[in-house]
Amino acid sequence: MTLLMDSILVLLIIAGFLLLSSSRLSNCIKIGAFQGLMVGFLPIVASGSGITYRIATIALVIAGMKGFVFPYLLSQTLRESNTIKEIKPYIGYTASIFFGVLSLVASFWLDSRLSFSVAASSRLVIPVAFSMMMTGLFMIVARKTAVNQVIGYLVMENGIYSFGLAIVRDVPLLVELGVLMDMFMAVFVMGIAIYRINREFDHIDSDQLNTLKG
Amino acid sequence: MNLVLAAFGFLLLGAFLSLFLAKHIKILRIAGPVSVVLGCCAGIIPAIISIIRGISESLCISWQIPFGSFSIEMDPLSALFSIAILFISSLSAIFGSGYLRHYEDTKNIGIHWFFFNLLVASMLMVVLARNAVLFLLAWEIMSLSSFFLVVFEHEKAAVRRAGWTYFIATHIGTAFLFVMFLLLGRKGGSLDFASFHLVDGTGTVACVVFLFAIIGFGTKAGFMPFHIWLPEAHPAAPSHVSAVMSGVMIKTGIYGLVRILTFLEMPPPWWGWILVIIGVVSGICGVLFALAQHDFKRLLAYHSVENIGIIALGLGIGLLGVSYDNPGMAFLGFAGGLLHVVNHAVFKSLLFLSAGAVLYSTGSREIDHLGGLMKKMPYTATAFLVGSVAICGLPPLNGFISEFMIYVGSFEGVLQDYMTEGPAVGGIITVASLALIGGLAIACFTKAFGIIFLGESRSQHCDHAHEVNMAMKIPMLVLMTACVLMGLWGSIIFDVMPGVTGLLTKTVIGGTGDDFFHSYKSILLNVTFFALALIVVIVLFVYLRSRLMSRKHQANAVTWDCGYLAPTAKMQYTASSFAQPITRLFQTFLRTTRRISAPDGLFPKSASFSSETNDFYREQVYKPTFNAMGSWLSKFRQIQHGRLNLYIMYVVLALVVLFVWKLR
Amino acid sequence: MDISRYMAVPLGLIMAPFLLGVINRTKAFFAGRDGSPLLQAYFDIWKLLKKDAVYSRTTTWIFRMAPVIGLAAVIIAMTLVPVAGSSLFTFRGDLIFFAYCFGLMRFFTVVAALDTGSSFEGMGASREVHFSTLAEPALLLGLIALSKLAGSFSLSGMFGGLSGSDWMGAGPAIALVAIAIFIVFLAENSRIPVDDPNTHLELTMIHEVMILDYSGPDLGIVLYAASLKLWVLGALIVNIFVCAAGLTGAVGLAVFAGGMFLLAVIVGIVESMMARLSLLKVPQFLIGAGSMAVLALILVLRFVK
Repeated sequence: MTLLMDSILVLLIIAGFLLLSSSRLSNCIKIGAFQGLMVGFLPIVASGSGITYRIATIALVIAGMKGFVFPYLLSQTLRESNTIKEIKPYIGYTASIFFGVLSLVASFWLDSRLSFSVAASSRLVIPVAFSMMMTGLFMIVARKTAVNQVIGYLVMENGIYSFGLAIVRDVPLLVELGVLMDMFMAVFVMGIAIYRINREFDHIDSDQLNTLKG
Repeated sequence: MNLVLAAFGFLLLGAFLSLFLAKHIKILRIAGPVSVVLGCCAGIIPAIISIIRGISESLCISWQIPFGSFSIEMDPLSALFSIAILFISSLSAIFGSGYLRHYEDTKNIGIHWFFFNLLVASMLMVVLARNAVLFLLAWEIMSLSSFFLVVFEHEKAAVRRAGWTYFIATHIGTAFLFVMFLLLGRKGGSLDFASFHLVDGTGTVACVVFLFAIIGFGTKAGFMPFHIWLPEAHPAAPSHVSAVMSGVMIKTGIYGLVRILTFLEMPPPWWGWILVIIGVVSGICGVLFALAQHDFKRLLAYHSVENIGIIALGLGIGLLGVSYDNPGMAFLGFAGGLLHVVNHAVFKSLLFLSAGAVLYSTGSREIDHLGGLMKKMPYTATAFLVGSVAICGLPPLNGFISEFMIYVGSFEGVLQDYMTEGPAVGGIITVASLALIGGLAIACFTKAFGIIFLGESRSQHCDHAHEVNMAMKIPMLVLMTACVLMGLWGSIIFDVMPGVTGLLTKTVIGGTGDDFFHSYKSILLNVTFFALALIVVIVLFVYLRSRLMSRKHQANAVTWDCGYLAPTAKMQYTASSFAQPITRLFQTFLRTTRRISAPDGLFPKSASFSSETNDFYREQVYKPTFNAMGSWLSKFRQIQHGRLNLYIMYVVLALVVLFVWKLR
Repeated sequence: MDISRYMAVPLGLIMAPFLLGVINRTKAFFAGRDGSPLLQAYFDIWKLLKKDAVYSRTTTWIFRMAPVIGLAAVIIAMTLVPVAGSSLFTFRGDLIFFAYCFGLMRFFTVVAALDTGSSFEGMGASREVHFSTLAEPALLLGLIALSKLAGSFSLSGMFGGLSGSDWMGAGPAIALVAIAIFIVFLAENSRIPVDDPNTHLELTMIHEVMILDYSGPDLGIVLYAASLKLWVLGALIVNIFVCAAGLTGAVGLAVFAGGMFLLAVIVGIVESMMARLSLLKVPQFLIGAGSMAVLALILVLRFVK
């Protein structure tokens, strides 16, 4: 199982790099969906002992939400907003990849300093979770379009989720549902917000929001 | 030791002779360089003996100066630097005798040769001195004489500005050295180097000494934040002086740092890390700034910063090896770094001399004004090509050998099994940055060589270009040969390195015997074999190709112009356009400013584009700091009245205060 | 062991142009054409060697010597590359010599391009140094990861030290290295998505435009050297898989040859399926390769003791 889990975690990091380097918003959504799907499947490979129905259900629901429902909602808003690309982000794509590498190194360093006791079958999961959180935060800070910021938020949530998975031996269903609900609301609200911004300003560039302040 | 004294004798005699013979140009033309060459020949013999036999010889004469003694010693470490200094200086002097023909009517050549002789003597004294007072004295003479050599063309405002930058930078560095030696002296009880050997590396004093040595010697060597005088002073100085300054004088900074390291035992790992970081920053930023330059002497000056970075990487790897108890890393790091000192001296002075020949012949330092010089100056062009291949660290020339040793040292670190990842991370950082530096250096020197010497000439500067005279050709030939031979004889040169690095690595390689060195020597023998094989295969293919081509008809035509009917030389790629993709990628560090006036309208008359890359540190760090300091200090202007009696009162008051403070 | 050792260089020298044929055949297949013969590259080289030559008046001896120096450098590099675990020559640190041989080749290719004084060739030269500057650290970082894994820093020791159990323990890291080296391989050999070998516009070419002024035997040498470079860098990728499977000797040699064939097919497929990246995106692509190599290194350092 370790090999499989390691592979999934490496794919998560690569998805992070790709997100940092792509400017086309539809691609970003696709990559985000892929990452969500992978994160959804993590509980199945993480538990060393066999797969129970409960874990399988949770995994399927989460993979479905992160891999299909959220991306679908986002691409809906994207279609209505007539935006194709992120033009002129605050921090360029090449610099963003450099940041990705740096954050990766930092997360591994952090992991070696903190030394958690890990319940999952791979030790890699903690640094990867850190790296995803940092990548998500970075996207929220460095990108202008609201869609990309929402994706950043989702990536950060993926990180938090995988972190929880590594630390907690068994995922309490209720907590998990609560988190999902939270997420759902967040994406929903953001979606409405994007839609509104777009209707008011003819684009979804959140940079322009500061013209609203009195 | 007698020969060393004879060397000093020749140099000083030459210095004062040329001062007095300033009016007799014909004698001076001979006497100035000849005294340098004689002095260098006399000095290089004991150095070679010392380095080959691994012995040290010393001389100590007591002196009237308080705490001072005339104590000199030739050990393998000093010998390595002495050989570089004397070899490069003598060749540059021969080149200078030809180069200065242009200036004989307008300038006082005698003063130039006075300072040149003095500079060589003082550099030699710096690496031989074994007493802090003597060392600082020689250090100061070295700084001053090189300052006067830089401001040779002092009627130009840019040259004066460069001179002042150099003067201030070097003295700030020297101030740190004073404090450093005082600290060492307090700890050891005397200002003789022999008494410094007691200092333990873990104490606070040792750390302060190390940091001050980095700043003080780093300013001379050109470590990245302290490098700003290099790109100013090297273009301003006459080319053979640039060759000496860039080739060997900045290396006295490296020598000083290494000598201080021999005093301090048990270095903590962060010392090595500091040097590695300095190396990475100097190396990468140095070559990036070089890439963005249009003035070829400035470009070469930034390359000195880059190569000092590579040397610092080597020393850093060596220090990490000592700290983490990895003999292979320690030995190869130090050996590679120190060998790179000599290699860089050879190819950098070759580059500066051939650049000087171009400047002499065309009168322009702008890369974009030149072009097509290969046909007019084939000899100089070949020299520049050899220097370029060597500085890029490509086999089979000498630059490869030293970089290779640093690489192998880093790999020793990567493969070491250790509790922490320290050595591995240091090794990885070094390998990755050396690879990046190597790639950028190739970009930079294909640009310099390609635009200056190849293609068609871009302005009338090249119209009257001609090959230079014999006095300028011979040094270039000698240096070219040295580049090739040192590349092929890496394994022979390797034999002296254990002696040179012995003082630095004694704590980690104490017990390991000949097998240790032998295993690395066999690697270098392989490199020698492959470098030779490369040359043999190239020669073979060249022969086969010429056999093949001799039976064929060879036609000549214009370069493929895509069907355009009136191609002109102006359409060629320029240095700026060649470097533009890379400079844009690294815009964050370079901050290139561009001025574009785009073509406008249906029949545009004129359009222009120019870009300029100023030194980041100069503009963003030093200028604001010095301006702030200047405006703050100008408050004290009011105590300056211009009245003598008040000034005397200040002196008296200061004396009284000191007196009372001492007696309290 | 010995067969693969002594056959490594002859195999490469003979088979290298064949790879070009395979790539072109694969592309033709995807485009629905019959395509040129598999041996087309051999015919081209042979014909060029028989032709007369035309030189630009601007050029100097640099232009004439560059192809020969490049060919020599790549052949020397070839003697160091293992085939199925053993190379003709090997010494510790030979991977540095290997990488720098390509540096030498690049230096002279670029300088020769500038020798013609053509603006197109200058443009190609500028792009070439730009991209290879970024490719080189990626290649070396990938090789460090392998050498740390195998505990040796000679090329044959590094590939020979790989085993099936490494794939079990550090599979993702090895896969990442393979991907990183594959990207470098595509960039260094001027294949899609970095450069298009079949493009017909001088403005958009990289490698092809640098050799625009070559003709006759010199062009033949350039073509042959380029195919050797394709072979040598491709051998690094194939070796990762062949050596990890523990195949040596005659069997290893055969599997290796098959692997090279497969690699060429993959390149053909990539070229058929992908469009060329815009020139501004290429640095990101290469830095991405470097990031993957860094990731592989971290995995190796942190989790494989």
